[in-house]
Amino acid sequence: MSDHRIPKRIYYLIFATLLLFTMITVEVAFYDLGILSFPVALGIACFKSTLVILYFMHVRYSSGLTGLFVSAGFIFLAILLVFTLLDVKTRDWQFQPDESGISLVVPF
Amino acid sequence: MSNTVAVASHPEPDNNYWTAGYGLKSWLLTTDHKRIAILYLIMISVFFVIGGLFAVLIRLELLTPAGDLVSSDTYNKLFTLHGLVMIFFFLIPSIPAVMGNFLIPIMIGARDLAFPRINLLSWYVFAIGGMTTFAVVLFGGVDTGWTFYTPYSSTYSKTAVGLTAIGVFITGFSSILTGLNFVVTIHKMRAPGLTWFRLPLFVWAHYATSLIMLIGTPVVAITILLVFLERVFGVGIFDPALGGDPVLFQHLFWFYSHPAVYIMILPSMGVISEVVACFSRKRIFGYGFVAFSSLAIAVLGFLIWGHHMFTSGQSILAGMVFSILTMLVAIPSAVKVFNWTATMYKGSISFETPMIYVFGFLGLFTVGGLTGLFLGALGLDVHVHDTYFVVAHFHYIMVGGAIMGYLAALHFWWPKITGKLYSEAWAKLSAIIIFIGFNLTFFPQFLVGYLGMPRRYHVYPDEFQIFHILSTAGASILAIGYAFPAFYLIWSLFRGEAAPANPWNAKGLEWTVPSPPPKHNFDTIPVVKEEAYDYSRLEEEVV
Repeated sequence: MSDHRIPKRIYYLIFATLLLFTMITVEVAFYDLGILSFPVALGIACFKSTLVILYFMHVRYSSGLTGLFVSAGFIFLAILLVFTLLDVKTRDWQFQPDESGISLVVPF
Repeated sequence: MSNTVAVASHPEPDNNYWTAGYGLKSWLLTTDHKRIAILYLIMISVFFVIGGLFAVLIRLELLTPAGDLVSSDTYNKLFTLHGLVMIFFFLIPSIPAVMGNFLIPIMIGARDLAFPRINLLSWYVFAIGGMTTFAVVLFGGVDTGWTFYTPYSSTYSKTAVGLTAIGVFITGFSSILTGLNFVVTIHKMRAPGLTWFRLPLFVWAHYATSLIMLIGTPVVAITILLVFLERVFGVGIFDPALGGDPVLFQHLFWFYSHPAVYIMILPSMGVISEVVACFSRKRIFGYGFVAFSSLAIAVLGFLIWGHHMFTSGQSILAGMVFSILTMLVAIPSAVKVFNWTATMYKGSISFETPMIYVFGFLGLFTVGGLTGLFLGALGLDVHVHDTYFVVAHFHYIMVGGAIMGYLAALHFWWPKITGKLYSEAWAKLSAIIIFIGFNLTFFPQFLVGYLGMPRRYHVYPDEFQIFHILSTAGASILAIGYAFPAFYLIWSLFRGEAAPANPWNAKGLEWTVPSPPPKHNFDTIPVVKEEAYDYSRLEEEVV
């Protein structure tokens, strides 16, 4: 744990920012942004989680080693996503709904 | 041991960790890493017996081709509970939670782990998770297999999947807490002079293991929680009927559960490094390569999970990529085996019990590792997937590798842990019985698997019976081999000769403190001035 003292106003500022972006998340959900819907929602979530990690979890004021471990978590998350998507995006089959509305596995 | 190692007896110190406090409360509220290790030892030993009893019932059922001992449903529950108990409640915590907890602080010259209270918390979390899973048996068992494959687990199974999921979820946090404690301790609490490249390879192995625990365990915990949410609340994640993807479950599950194999085997490899160096009287050949191969295994282990999914509907391209990457993990594993062998070359080898287990490990792990390459090859795996070939392969790694390493560790450090010497003759006999029993149990399973016997069936064609009879006979011998240590080790507690501080004349800080160690390990923190395993200097001193 770093000895760095963080002023209370920083915590309040981050808290207010998180509340603001939560409201933005809700507001954006009422608009149809097409293919941008997902990237926008994900972008807001990433921004908010970055604030939490940097300030509430003190990573900004911690050693480089702590930063390395935090980064490692995200690198391995990226590995999980990339290899899973490698499978999902290159499958020669997919789920399709039939008349009853139940999804079925349909080979091409 | 007492017959082969002639050293002056060491008076038992008054303030050792066994005598530092009396009564149940002094144990249940302890924050001493050594006592917590003993608590883990007792608990995982109980789970090992329970998991073993399930295995006995499985092997008895498979003696005949007909399903005449238990019903199909009961058989499904037996192999599920055997896998769950052995993996989550014995193999994963075995060496890290017992040996790692006990030894890492002493090996690095510290008085305890970085977070002693969190260490105790991890044991309580483990105990709660274990009791929850044990309650599953009382609620009729669970039949999904330890792999919880969806949508069967999330939608169709009528057994206690939810309770099992909660138990495994809770237990995962114990693993995370232990891994966190080890990483911080190894980074922050090394004695002066103990640089990274002077660390015992046992510590390197546990560092790599802890990284896997920290990175992988949260994924499987959340995955199993998602199964619970889908099962209880109908949230569509894995069930196609609810808009989910069952193959996604397998990706998430194996992202942890393949590296989990390395949680089981890496600590064992750390033990092998210590024992090989001691009983060859030589520094480990290629120390740096062995150390970094642990990290390489930890990292590469996260890139190859898809080799469990070649027949799952995973895309051909993904299968090919995972198959190629799987071959890579063989390299650091082979580096270790070759380097241990090179360490023994021209060494002054002696055959005490821990070393016999090491020889067992080397042979069995090599067979298990090489058959792993068969299974990592995309084309061949499709033929033997879900057969007894796979069962034999992973038992050669997990039992032949991990448990051999655990037993080597138990015998190597037993005098240090308890301050007592065990009967070397009984221990050697037991090690040989275990080796023979293990091979008789599992080698026939390679053959019957290659011939087409699927796993997880209790009814099978008559022509496979001879293999199952051999396997069950081997399991009986194996059970006797495992029972022996329980008797002679417990006997040694009461009647064993007092152990000196360094009964093996071994190198390492743990051998510089009395047996059993004092409550706070070191009166003054040691200063390390030499490389690890500097046996040449030790031999010169003895001469």
